[in-house]
This record gives sequence, structure tokens and C-alpha cells, in this order.
Amino acid sequence: MTSRPNGEPLVRLSGVNKWFGELHVLQDIDLDIARGEVVVVIGPSGSGKSTLCRTINRLEPIEKGEITIDGERLPEEGKQLARLRADVGMVFQSFNLFAHKTILENVTLGPLKVRKQSKGDAEKRARELLERVGVTAQADKYPAQLSGGQQQRVAIARALAMDPKVMLFDEPTSALDPEMINEVLDVMTSLAREGMTMVVVTHEMGFARRAANRVVFMDGGRIVETAEPETFFTNPQSPRAQDFLSKILNH
Amino acid sequence: MSFLAENFPLIRDAFLTTLSLAVVSGICALILGTVLAAMRVSPVPALRGLATFYVELFRNTPLTVVFFFLAFGIVYVDLQFPSRFITAVAALSLYTAAFVCEALRSGINAVPAGQAEAARALGLDFRQSLTTVVLPQAFRTVVPPLGNVWIALAKNTSIAAGFAVADLTALLQRLSNSAADELALVFVAVVAGYLVITLPSAWAISVLERRLAIVR
Repeated sequence: MTSRPNGEPLVRLSGVNKWFGELHVLQDIDLDIARGEVVVVIGPSGSGKSTLCRTINRLEPIEKGEITIDGERLPEEGKQLARLRADVGMVFQSFNLFAHKTILENVTLGPLKVRKQSKGDAEKRARELLERVGVTAQADKYPAQLSGGQQQRVAIARALAMDPKVMLFDEPTSALDPEMINEVLDVMTSLAREGMTMVVVTHEMGFARRAANRVVFMDGGRIVETAEPETFFTNPQSPRAQDFLSKILNH
Repeated sequence: MSFLAENFPLIRDAFLTTLSLAVVSGICALILGTVLAAMRVSPVPALRGLATFYVELFRNTPLTVVFFFLAFGIVYVDLQFPSRFITAVAALSLYTAAFVCEALRSGINAVPAGQAEAARALGLDFRQSLTTVVLPQAFRTVVPPLGNVWIALAKNTSIAAGFAVADLTALLQRLSNSAADELALVFVAVVAGYLVITLPSAWAISVLERRLAIVR
């Protein structure tokens, strides 16, 4: 999976800058993501990679620059922003399933409230998605009754239920026990194979090699290097990337 | 005991007045307090400011003063409530709403930020994420403090006695004048009247707390 899909970028970040008080967390970020492309963002902690991911649906507002999704500029607030967010699926490190709702209700909430689907349609689709991620049997349970891996797969189903144009994954496996990481990565890999446009912030280098079209390496709030996975892992250009890879790959 | 039997209709009516003051004011305060709490966490600065002003005004004003204002003060702005009971309900609701708001706001703050983020990420607007995700969870965590507010309200209704509402405390005043030799018995009857309202509430609150608890 090394060929880059063509066409107009689905997500475009240009000149994006963000500060947390004095801290300049995103510095002049330019990044185009093509339709169907899988971009993996890696980098040391504090490099701004999670913040970058969260600016794409404006969970983090930016101070300077522009972000467009499918040619449409990200609105600042209100109904337009909500409508645009509906087209951008997001999966969080800490799952964030709605604690007071059952698994099925978690997956149907968006389609019912935002897409105004009928209850029957929303539940039918939700059950299909739950089956796809392998948690059908848990449909009537509450999130806390599920394992971390199951919860994260439900979170993916919840995002997919909105038929998003792009999926954002913010360290989706970082809060999981090791034996549950693969069940989540498998779902993500199959999504990537089906042509979903994905931005994945992760430490899972295996996933990056297997599923990514492009690896973006960040450090100190900047994009330091962008390359195809094989090139990046075997022959990183920047000293920071070389240093980072030597620390995580050689043990 | 025959004294209590003789005065049973009086005692019953006084009890029912206190109970309805508490219940009607409680419902009004819950609704108003919820709206205020929503305003206090809204993204619109003017709404936040307005709600903060309201809360600070009412929770720092003695309830008796609120009663005074609504009973006599508002005549100056050509307003008058249709009955003394409604005046009392208004005073109790406006005052208690400030405390409901603050209890609820602490509950909203206790809902993990990720819950609202997930709701927004799905495309829910502020109102939808508040009403379907944040508030239902906030209410569950604030059952004990809201219970305190409710019990305080039930007892605060006694101030209405000073404004010519015939509640349990007014009955205490009245009977202690007319039947001074039975004073102990009157006290017992009145205190029992309040306990009948507050004690089952305390029990109901703890049941509700266990029922609604969400596992995280």
C-alpha cells in the first residue's frame, strides 16, 4: 500500500499555528490529506501530534492558519461547525463512550440526533457495525462492562455510524492492555484497506508499516519529515527522526 | 391526645400547605436551576454573566429579605402576586434555584471532559450534548447535594408563616397562643409534620443514589 491516491485533498491544513499560553504547540503546519489516504502521525510525546489531530475537527481551536475539509473551511462555532464535525469521525485514546448509555445507544445517538434517522434504521445499521467490529453480544451492556479493546471497537463503530468522510484516531491503542491492541488495530487495518481516509496518531509502528500511505513525523510542534512508511523506517532523513527511531525500534 | 384529634383538620391543612409549598417550589427551583446551570456553562459570555449574577444575588440574600421584596417591594413596580401562597412559592423557588444551579454545576464539572468532546465530535450542538450526554450524567452525581437542597427547602418553607401563609409554623404560632398549656404536644405535632416530609426524602435520596449510580 505505497501508492498515493490522487485528486483534491480531502483535508488541507495550511499555515496552522496554535499556542497554549506561551507554548507554541503547532508551528506553521502544512499538510494535505488525499481522499482514501491513510496518514500516520508519529513523534515523541509533547511533539504536538495529538493537538494536530484534534484541530482537524476543531476540538482544539487554532490561532492562525486555515483548515478545510472537502473544500469547506472549518467554521468557528455553532451549527455549521456541528454539521461539519458530523462528517469527521473521531476515536479517542480514552474511548469516551457515553457512560450512561448502552453500547447500542452509544452507536445510534449520533444518527438519531444529528442525522435524524429513524430508530429502526439507526439500530439496524448500529447492529451491522457492531457485528463488523465483533461486539454484537455486548449491544445491551454498558461501557464499563466491556474490556478496553471492546470499548475502543465500539467507539470506532460509533464514529462509523455517521458515515464520516474522514476518521481521526488520537492514540487509539495507548490506553489498552497489550493483548487488546491487535483487536483494535485489525479493525483499523481493514478500514484502511476499504479506502477510508484516516489520520492516525499512534506509537504502533507495525500498523504504520502495514496500513499507512504516508508517515508524518513531528517534533517540537513542527512537521519534521514526511515519507512513505518503508522509506521513513529504513532511511529516515532528519537527525531527529533517526534519533527517535533508534530509541523505539532497537529493543 | 384528644387535643390533637380536635385540631386534626387544622394540623392536616397546615401540613398540606407546607408540603405543597415545598413540592411546587422544589419543581420550579429544579427547572430554573437547571436552566441557570446550562447558562453558566454555555459558550455565550453574556449568558454566563447573567447566570452568575443571578446566583450570587440570590444565594447571598437572606431568604426573608427575598420574601419581603416579593410581598411588599414589588408593589413599587406595579406588580403583585395573585395570592400569598404564590408569593411564597416565588420567593422559595427563586432563592433555591441558585443552590440547585450550583449543585448541578459541580455535577457538570464532574462529568469527564471526554464525554462532551465525544458528543461534539459526533456533531451534536451545545444544547444537544448538554441535554443528552452531560446533564443526565451530572444529575446522577448530584443526587446527594440536591437532596440537601431539597431538605433545606422543606424547612425554609417555614418563613412563609411570617408572610401570612397558614403552614405548619404558622400553626405553631397560632396554637401556642390559643392553647399554651398543650404547647409540648403542639411542638411534637409540628416537628412530626416536617419529619414526615424530610425523613422519607433522605431515604428516597439514598435509594435514588444507588439506583442511578453509573459505573465508570
